[in-house]
Amino acid sequence: MAQLEILVYPDERLRQISQPVIEVDDEIRSFISDLEETLSSLPGCVGIAAPQVGRLERIIIIDVSSRQHHKNHGHRVLINPLITFKEGDVVGREGCLSVPDYTGKVSRSKNIAVTAQNELGTHVKYEMVGYEARALQHEIDHLDGKLFIDSLVGKRNDLKKRTDF
Amino acid sequence: MKNWYMLTLVGKDQPGIVAEVSRVLFDAGGNLGEASMSRLGGNFTVMLMLHMDTGKESIKQMLQPICDKMDLFFHIDNIIAGLHQHIDPNFRLSVHGADQAGIVSAVAGSLAKSNFNILNLESDVGGSAEKPVYIMHIEGFADCSFLELEKSLQLLKIEKEIVMHLVPIDTMVG
Repeated sequence: MAQLEILVYPDERLRQISQPVIEVDDEIRSFISDLEETLSSLPGCVGIAAPQVGRLERIIIIDVSSRQHHKNHGHRVLINPLITFKEGDVVGREGCLSVPDYTGKVSRSKNIAVTAQNELGTHVKYEMVGYEARALQHEIDHLDGKLFIDSLVGKRNDLKKRTDF
Repeated sequence: MKNWYMLTLVGKDQPGIVAEVSRVLFDAGGNLGEASMSRLGGNFTVMLMLHMDTGKESIKQMLQPICDKMDLFFHIDNIIAGLHQHIDPNFRLSVHGADQAGIVSAVAGSLAKSNFNILNLESDVGGSAEKPVYIMHIEGFADCSFLELEKSLQLLKIEKEIVMHLVPIDTMVG
């Protein structure tokens, strides 16, 4: 296991589209272990994507269980994640390991259904809402070379009470 | 050695102010840092962090012609830049109600008792001239619970007859 270096914007590798994982083998699992160790070394961070450490494959980890008041599935490794359903829009504040010292508001779908493979290669499906759905969308964006600063919404907001800040 | 300055400009709003001022500063070797511009009641206002190796008096001489031409007042101060030290807000408060003197004072005063550090405040006067409505958004940081902060604001809602929505900001970092 090893902690991996986080790429920081404007590193061009963060702008590349990651490739699907063809086979979930021991080498992939070894990389996932390193990615997990990297994530766990970063307090306050609830997700990480493989391209953030320079590996351009469609692998993400999310774990929002530290935010107990948000509904969540705990620690999940998602390989080749694909959003199959989304609805609702909600604005929330995001930050990114790859964009230090900046946070901003981003509009995301509130409800998401996602299919993927886990670290054993088994096909899985989850329905995620709110904060966890936000984390998922943020990480999947990394796989497509997108950063949250590409999707910022203005500072001003309406008066509607938000639930996803 | 370059110095950091805070440049404040105020005047009647018109197209091209930012373009003209930033061009003059760039041509003189200036580099802009963080900035905040707003149109307040038809007035142009901006605060700009400016990094230049020129002294304050030289910058004044440089800006005076363009400010005279565009009818702008300006002010410049030496500052310590303090970049890369952002504080993330953990609460957001939206306030609205019939416009009346004292809303900001009352709300900010109540927040200050909770050691709430206001990081961003924006307000507008909307509605009609006959029935103006005051709308304010505050984001900031306080080292207390949501319930404690919400409770501290309860009395104000009744006293000032204003609507207040407090929401926690839970920044997602991924």
